[in-house]
Amino acid sequence: MKVNHVSTSNYLHRLAALVFGIVVVTIAPISQASQPDPYLRPAVVPASSDNQFTQARMELGKALFFDPRLSGSKWISCATCHNPALGWSDGLPTAIGKDMKVLGRATPTILNTAYQTRQFWDGRARTLEEQALGPIVAESEMNANLDEVLERLAAIPGYVTLFEKAYSGEGITKSTLAKALANFERTVVSTESPFDRWRKGDRNAVSESAKNGFKIFTDEESGRCVLCHQGFNFTDNGFHNIGLKGNVDPGRFAQVPVKILKGAFKTPTLRDVATTAPYMHNGAFKTLEEVVEHYDRAGLDKTETLDPNMQPLKLSSQEKVDLVEFMKTLTGRPIRISLPSLPQ
Amino acid sequence: MRACLGKFWLSFLILFMMVWANLAAAGEYEIGQNRKRFTIDGKKVDVLRINVGDTVHFKNEDPFYHGIYSISDISTFELGAFRKGQSRSVIFDKAGKAEIECAVHSEMYMVIEVNDLRATKPKNTRVQAKK
Repeated sequence: MKVNHVSTSNYLHRLAALVFGIVVVTIAPISQASQPDPYLRPAVVPASSDNQFTQARMELGKALFFDPRLSGSKWISCATCHNPALGWSDGLPTAIGKDMKVLGRATPTILNTAYQTRQFWDGRARTLEEQALGPIVAESEMNANLDEVLERLAAIPGYVTLFEKAYSGEGITKSTLAKALANFERTVVSTESPFDRWRKGDRNAVSESAKNGFKIFTDEESGRCVLCHQGFNFTDNGFHNIGLKGNVDPGRFAQVPVKILKGAFKTPTLRDVATTAPYMHNGAFKTLEEVVEHYDRAGLDKTETLDPNMQPLKLSSQEKVDLVEFMKTLTGRPIRISLPSLPQ
Repeated sequence: MRACLGKFWLSFLILFMMVWANLAAAGEYEIGQNRKRFTIDGKKVDVLRINVGDTVHFKNEDPFYHGIYSISDISTFELGAFRKGQSRSVIFDKAGKAEIECAVHSEMYMVIEVNDLRATKPKNTRVQAKK
């Protein structure tokens, strides 16, 4: 009887172990599958707690974004440089500002800036709200006196109504102006690209060359791109000196005087990268092929603050082609945007 | 009686010196840079409380470079760029707060509170001194 009892107990233990094993084997892949793919866009666009998205705020921000009356001359708007038809940039090596003066840095796309932890090439603003007024008051850019702009807007009945709908009781102030622009900019996000469809399981969404390019891109030894271009937005939100020829711009160092930041600039997003040429903070490269060549030789100016992630890659011709093919798959359809009728 | 009193004072002195030596022993702490976070034993840390004279080792556990620095009243340093597996050490010899950041990854931020051990013992209980 005792023997039988032990046998039954053993049997039950084995059965329990088997059931446990089956559960573990079954649940583990489900658990892994439920982890969000780090390369796919997060479901929620980050927003400031005191500036949550509303349709009224977005529409006000859009009107302001396209309105040249925000500039000192009344003929430059945010959209003059951040042109939606040019990847929310301007297609120029470096921006053109007040009085057609050529400026020192390229116009960065505003695509996916909602996901960035620092704004501007040198990261001098943390949030879009902090960033929004910078180019408006910059003497070399829109060259506006903010008090005059606010007075101008307050004298336009259409804006009085829009501001009241968007920020009831807050008035037309620097704060509501910045918040409205930021609210609109957070709607400028990348759409589903062939790369995203591939990540979601469509094997035919990208070419074999692009698939190999992604492998090289994410290899920390061969391609090394992933050391800086990480996650869904393909940026580490970090600052790197990538050895651009003849660069004298201090970049991030002017904001944070730490030696390794001399000549360092923010890692840009690679989303919609096919639409945002030319590339780099000074527009040094016209094509993605030129960009890959630059990284393959680990930069040109090997200054002492060159980012140590920059190492010669020794890629083959085919690997370079694959990398470019992959990067092109990060470009989705442009978001649909209707031009606003500006308030009168 | 006098000899007995002498022994008592001698014992007291030795005990006092032992306690003082224990208090005065400089601690060592290791802070990892892991997935662009400051960590202790793999867990994100925002504040570390140490004593004057303690050493903090900053160890890069990420596959990419970090550049740890501080521009604070009690401690200003730049550790340069250092790769995975490498470590840089800092001795904190003044009491107060030091803000620690990564130059490359600006979202990395933590505070080290340095206590004067003669005034107070460290309150941090999560951190074990590295032997």
